[in-house]
Amino acid sequence: MAEQHTVKAFDEDINRLRGLIAEMGGRVETAIDEAMTALVEQDTKKAKAVVLGDERIDALESEVERLVVQIIALRAPLADDLREVIAALKIVGVVERIGDYAKNIAKRVPKIGDHRTIEPISLLPSMAQVASEMVGDALNAFSARDALLAEAVIARDSVVDSFYNSIFRTLVTYMVENPKTISECAHLLFIAKNLERIGDHATNVAEMVYYAATGEYLPERDKDVKIES
Amino acid sequence: MSQPTPPKMSARNVNVYYGEKQAIQNVSIDVDTDNVTAFIGPSGCGKSTFLRTLNRMNDTVASARVEGEITLDGENIYSSGMDVVQLRARVGMVFQKPNPFPKSIYDNIAYGPRIHGLASAKADLDVIVESSLRRAGLWDEVKDRLKDSGTALSGGQQQRLCIGRAIAVEPEVILMDEPCSALDPIATAKIEELIHELRGRYAIVIVTHNMQQAARVSQRTAFFHLGTLVEYGSTSEIFTNPREDRTKDYITGRYG
Repeated sequence: MAEQHTVKAFDEDINRLRGLIAEMGGRVETAIDEAMTALVEQDTKKAKAVVLGDERIDALESEVERLVVQIIALRAPLADDLREVIAALKIVGVVERIGDYAKNIAKRVPKIGDHRTIEPISLLPSMAQVASEMVGDALNAFSARDALLAEAVIARDSVVDSFYNSIFRTLVTYMVENPKTISECAHLLFIAKNLERIGDHATNVAEMVYYAATGEYLPERDKDVKIES
Repeated sequence: MSQPTPPKMSARNVNVYYGEKQAIQNVSIDVDTDNVTAFIGPSGCGKSTFLRTLNRMNDTVASARVEGEITLDGENIYSSGMDVVQLRARVGMVFQKPNPFPKSIYDNIAYGPRIHGLASAKADLDVIVESSLRRAGLWDEVKDRLKDSGTALSGGQQQRLCIGRAIAVEPEVILMDEPCSALDPIATAKIEELIHELRGRYAIVIVTHNMQQAARVSQRTAFFHLGTLVEYGSTSEIFTNPREDRTKDYITGRYG
């Protein structure tokens, strides 16, 4: 934002809002990364920490909601300010959901046990990295009001979808050949699905950022992963 | 496709000078009966000056000079054949401070119709007074004391009386120059509700410093800055997604 508001307290409110969302985004990104590390390293302690950390993410969501209501009531924001404040309110709801997916991944870690023999798992960390970077970039785009970065995030969703399809196929094949691992593989399948949903939600955030930054809506696009047989 | 209704009033390339100083630069704008039009902008931007060109109020300012064309139903209001008294009956005005005549409530309303010869019989005047006060949303509050002085009413009632007075001569356009700036929020809400009800029957143009008021009462908003019309568009577009940076900076409070 180039110009400051005549009422400086308004800038302080907006900065606080951006700070809270940046913190929330950082925590969610870390939650995804840590959950995946816990999965790969079979670190149940780390997984538990991710589950517990989700409370702080939920608290941040409520804090942003309260601040948004306060800003609307007291500052009556308009134009790009209004779009940013509304986007913030919607974005935190989505980011909170992303946190839940990370928590869900962490919760599955103790159920999976030793999976080193399950070969398809090697793709999951790479998939998680793309999804987690999408979340980080979407929120960076928000604080910078950067429509181009938001568009770049949206473009990356297809990479996550391709990962998902690939992992789905290999896991199904693997289960057919190794029926004893079906329980573990089912959990891994859900983890892949969680990551795919994280990519979708990061895309949603990026679309809201685009609107907040430009005032224009992007053309509606098909976010759903293509279901392959 | 049906033809779009021609604008009620239309200004083309209007310049206004006070002596040497140019107050309005090359403003072109249409206003119509279906929409309430709000003029917003910082103090001194020319919005009130421009409003006053629409019923030739600036004629009363000796140094003021108006160039360009302003039409009412296609007729140039600055042409030599235009009867200014008649024009101001067709294009009524409500001012910032309520200014009822120091007469009874009844006479405040009846004054215009009498001098314009719209009614002479008492019965006809009674009808006009009641319907005007009803349309101004004031009838129920004053019907039992029409003989009381208009100045004895509260500020908000006085302003509605002034609107009733403007309505009584069956105008086509009502210009309002910050009609609520001297009123409390409840009186303001009543005026805004009234504006909403009058929309469609009269072309209404309102100058306001209160951005939220412009957002609440108007369908079209014009932003003036330094004597120019910067942006004119649908109110919801102006307040959610203005095209011009100057508009955005002003409405978001980043101006200056």
